[in-house]
Amino acid sequence: MRDVAVIGVGMTKFGELWDKSFRQLIAEAGAKAILDSGIEGKEINAMYVGSMSSGRFVGQEHVGALVADVSGFSNLHISSTRIEGACASGGLAMRQGYLSIASGMNDIVVVGGMEKMNDVLGASATETLATAADQEWEAFFGATFPGLYAMIATKHMHDYGTTKKQLAQVAVKNHANGALNPYAQYQREITLEQAMNATSVAYPLGLLDCSPVTDGAASVVLCAAEKAKDYSDKPVKIIGSGQASDSLALHARRDICTLDSTVHASKMAYKQANLTPKDVDVAEVHDCFTIGEICAIEDLGFVKKGEGGKAIDNKITTLDGSLPVNTSGGLKAKGHPVGATGVAQMVEVTLQLRGDAKKRQVKEAKIGLAHNVGGSGASCTIHILEAM
Amino acid sequence: MGEGVARFWREIPQRYNFIGDRCGSCERIFFPPKESCPFCRRKSMGKMKEIKLSGKGEIVTYTIIHVGPEDFEEQVPYPIAIVKLEEGPQITAQIVDCNIDEVKIGMKVESTFRKIRQDGSTGAIYYGYKFKKRC
Repeated sequence: MRDVAVIGVGMTKFGELWDKSFRQLIAEAGAKAILDSGIEGKEINAMYVGSMSSGRFVGQEHVGALVADVSGFSNLHISSTRIEGACASGGLAMRQGYLSIASGMNDIVVVGGMEKMNDVLGASATETLATAADQEWEAFFGATFPGLYAMIATKHMHDYGTTKKQLAQVAVKNHANGALNPYAQYQREITLEQAMNATSVAYPLGLLDCSPVTDGAASVVLCAAEKAKDYSDKPVKIIGSGQASDSLALHARRDICTLDSTVHASKMAYKQANLTPKDVDVAEVHDCFTIGEICAIEDLGFVKKGEGGKAIDNKITTLDGSLPVNTSGGLKAKGHPVGATGVAQMVEVTLQLRGDAKKRQVKEAKIGLAHNVGGSGASCTIHILEAM
Repeated sequence: MGEGVARFWREIPQRYNFIGDRCGSCERIFFPPKESCPFCRRKSMGKMKEIKLSGKGEIVTYTIIHVGPEDFEEQVPYPIAIVKLEEGPQITAQIVDCNIDEVKIGMKVESTFRKIRQDGSTGAIYYGYKFKKRC
């Protein structure tokens, strides 16, 4: 296995981007990452792109080749593959890119992730997102995607005394971070009162517990680590990569409050990196709903099971806390264009480790972690990065 | 939905009759029935036996859906729960015939055969199980 480094990152602004098409978004993100890396198109060996449901959102499949085409590489005939794993599509694409270089097959790979979700009506977007759940045994009976995470929240509150206020504080924190991120969909703070009193979506989750419907794309250029310094002054090494799966349906899991795919994928990544959760300085975790962030910091081993809510009270995860989480604003405030999310998390962690995160820079960040989840926890990818 | 008929018109008898299966190797019971036991895997091949479940269980966790899918819009707000059946398997279903405030973790429930959804005002009607409070 060869070491792999991130040598370039780029993303579009996230939000309701009415004036931009699906293909414009990914072409923009890819071009930014490629320019940031200093590579030339002809040096690219392969591309991997994550998209959850371009077919339902914009009526376009076969987007692997499309991305290479709109990026100006059709005459270079670059291998380009689309990866799907619901909201973890971006993380899965990252791992495929990583593996293809680690294996020795490729030297330079461009990874992308994108979703254009606002070209369909809200109800249709909700229905498309519900395809990440078990259609025959969950969605058929009226369970929505927020409803599944809401059931995790109800159980977490019952078993561990987690409160609706603690859930709301996750949203408040992530909006505060998003206010510092010029690429975020919501660059504004919200108050605890607003978060707690927002209209109910699926009890106990209100509107401000939920990540929004977002358009956007992100891209990362990966390179064999031994060649990284030929291109970048500040390459960031991927020192651990993990992926795991679980039952598609929430009800079939070992424990409703634990995402075992996160537990297993992170163990795999920590082992490879020879690190423990305590070594992580900054993390982007999958807060598609506020309860998702609370479970994530537990399942990643940052705090004990059941203490995720308390960690929010104790401000451990705020920008100036001992382990800042979702400095980008997270899925909650930065936005959640599902296929792009896993790649955008890598963009943020890379910026933090390069010292390029500006107003939201975490001091002396050396080790960063990105945690991307598909569905209610059926897929998970983890990547651990270190400044070189 | 306008997406053709196969997906939801295909008969899924387990959904109407609460038929699960039991692994002949470890005796664990599954619902919906599995082709093989995830604990015994190859040892369970050919040994999965159908079993009729009681349809009785208790609520493990729940939510109240306020923003529902299009086909369920007229039903909101409605409770959805994960129910642990007496025989072991957990399933997702609506809780009916009670006040929303009554729904609690640990509540004893039993299955009831109901209409689940309909494709618009003239489309197919889909049936399946819901759960109600057990007296």
